[in-house]
Amino acid sequence: MKKQYVLKKVLQSLVTIFFVIVFNYFLFRIMPGNPLAMIMRNPRASAEAIERTKELFGLGRPWYMQFFIYLGNLLEGDLGLSFIHKRPVIEVIWSRIMPTIIMVGLAQILSIVVGILMGVISAWKRGTKIDVIALSFSLVTYSVPTFWLGIILISVFSIGLRLFPTSGMLTPGRTFYDTVSMLKDYASHLFLPVLTLSLVLIGEYALTMRNTLLDVLTEDYMTTAKAKGFDDNYIIKKHAVPNAMLPMITLIAINMGLIIGGTIQVETIFSWPGLGRLMYEALNGRDYPLLQGIFLLITISVILANLIADITYSYLDPRVKS
Amino acid sequence: MELLRINNLKTYFNISSGTVKAVDDVSLTLDYGESLGLVGESGCGKTTTALSITQLLPSEGSIVSGEILLEGKNIVNLSDTEIKKVRWKEVSMIFQGAMNALNPVMRIGDQIAEAIILHEKLSYKDAIKRVEELFQLVELEPKRISNYPHEFSGGMKQRAMIAMALACNPKLIIGDEPTTALDVMVQAQILNLLDKLRKELNMGIILITHDLSILGETCDKIAVMYAGKIVETGYVEDIYNNNKHPYTYKLLSSFPNIHKERVMPDAIEGIPPDLINPPSGCRFHPRCPYAKDICGKEEPRMELANEGHYYACHFGGVYNEK
Repeated sequence: MKKQYVLKKVLQSLVTIFFVIVFNYFLFRIMPGNPLAMIMRNPRASAEAIERTKELFGLGRPWYMQFFIYLGNLLEGDLGLSFIHKRPVIEVIWSRIMPTIIMVGLAQILSIVVGILMGVISAWKRGTKIDVIALSFSLVTYSVPTFWLGIILISVFSIGLRLFPTSGMLTPGRTFYDTVSMLKDYASHLFLPVLTLSLVLIGEYALTMRNTLLDVLTEDYMTTAKAKGFDDNYIIKKHAVPNAMLPMITLIAINMGLIIGGTIQVETIFSWPGLGRLMYEALNGRDYPLLQGIFLLITISVILANLIADITYSYLDPRVKS
Repeated sequence: MELLRINNLKTYFNISSGTVKAVDDVSLTLDYGESLGLVGESGCGKTTTALSITQLLPSEGSIVSGEILLEGKNIVNLSDTEIKKVRWKEVSMIFQGAMNALNPVMRIGDQIAEAIILHEKLSYKDAIKRVEELFQLVELEPKRISNYPHEFSGGMKQRAMIAMALACNPKLIIGDEPTTALDVMVQAQILNLLDKLRKELNMGIILITHDLSILGETCDKIAVMYAGKIVETGYVEDIYNNNKHPYTYKLLSSFPNIHKERVMPDAIEGIPPDLINPPSGCRFHPRCPYAKDICGKEEPRMELANEGHYYACHFGGVYNEK
């Protein structure tokens, strides 16, 4: 039963990815303009030169052949050449993926733990001072624009207090004699971007957790649990939170999916050399193959995150199995 | 000794628009092996009376005065820790299992076992063994203890709920509309089961309902509530055939009688009164077709009709239209 469910979900995801690839491919092909003109940039090129370039880029073949070649290359991990970096797209993406994963991963873990905890306390102590403080904090951080929050944090912590560097991943020009001092430098660069992203996510998680938990607390089975003689701690932990976690899983999955591309603002402000900034650079430089590659990666990670959410869901909620 | 005696219980709710006198001077008694039906329209204070017994009231509600004697011991002023020991161990409840009284993401067996582990200090293994016995007692297949609530039909959920209520051999079980939302056949099965178990285990049962038709066969005594007060109480025979309060009379006439001539059931005109500012005198007088001047001025006292049969009306049993 469970195996079948997982298999079905995996197959569905694969089909979705395939359609996205097709869509991604043709989206760029149906745009107006001739790629040859873009590549050659010479209105007076001889017919022979045009023919040769056509041959070189495979543009002379029928459209479906071109598509199959693209698919074939894709299966081999070949995403084409980046215009600005003059290197294979896959290489460029790989070199920028780790910083993003570390930064966003840390921020996610931090905000999931803090956000859920805050939401639970807030809902349980509804109407008290703690709730009001937590709620105001969440509302403010959730609604503040990420770039604004980043700039404020830079001006307070980097410029005002001089505690953390303003940008980059490591201090430029500095040589490290041991791993510890390098990690220290890395961590001090990491602190502000992670804090910025966490603050925004904490607000979102805390608000959602509070709302769903408040709904759950009014359910009849909460009265049943109380009537059985359990204390509040036990009721919250064993009966309320497992039910309130269900919508949280979906939200976390969506945010996980956006790990790859959803941090353009933070990475741009802190000059964090990750995928978000790479996308920003690619956009500025009209680097279509690179953009296409990043798009593909984002799509796949969103679909993957949803797949994981679906499978987790089937373990947490017995009702979704069939 | 009596199992339960409630003396002059007053439970009020403090809400923004005033104080709701949900239970206002309610007294009743119940013996071992006896079952009492608590009837009345929605919002008349039946459930609040029941929830007051084990202090399960929502945070706005509180017991203002009165005594609740369980086996002679007053449990109104018990501390939080003390009342938790009374809950389920001495007084358990049957909620509307068919609705949402069972936790949807927890196995039914575990939901019953957790109460046994809490109160009887059994190991998980022994508790589960006890759950299997309980399932047999309520005529459910023991192997289904590992099912989740959504895998049960409405009637099965209600049986599971009864098994849960019996888990710690309580002295008193309160059924809060235990057969609402069940079809008539299943309803009869559930009531018969409750009746059988009560006699076998010598427990007291309070059955809360707005459906008078189910009480005749399953209850020894009936207490009729109106606007926070008990207006008439007595043995089933007295209430059905010799009632002394116009509200009881009207409530009974609002049910069709299949043994008599076919007539339209009689509705009670008007709506239940506002419990923040209840009517003066007899609370039923604005809706009572037999009300005289005195009814609006003087509150009727509880009068004795015969052994165990009390009513609160100035003109007991004389139903003369104005």
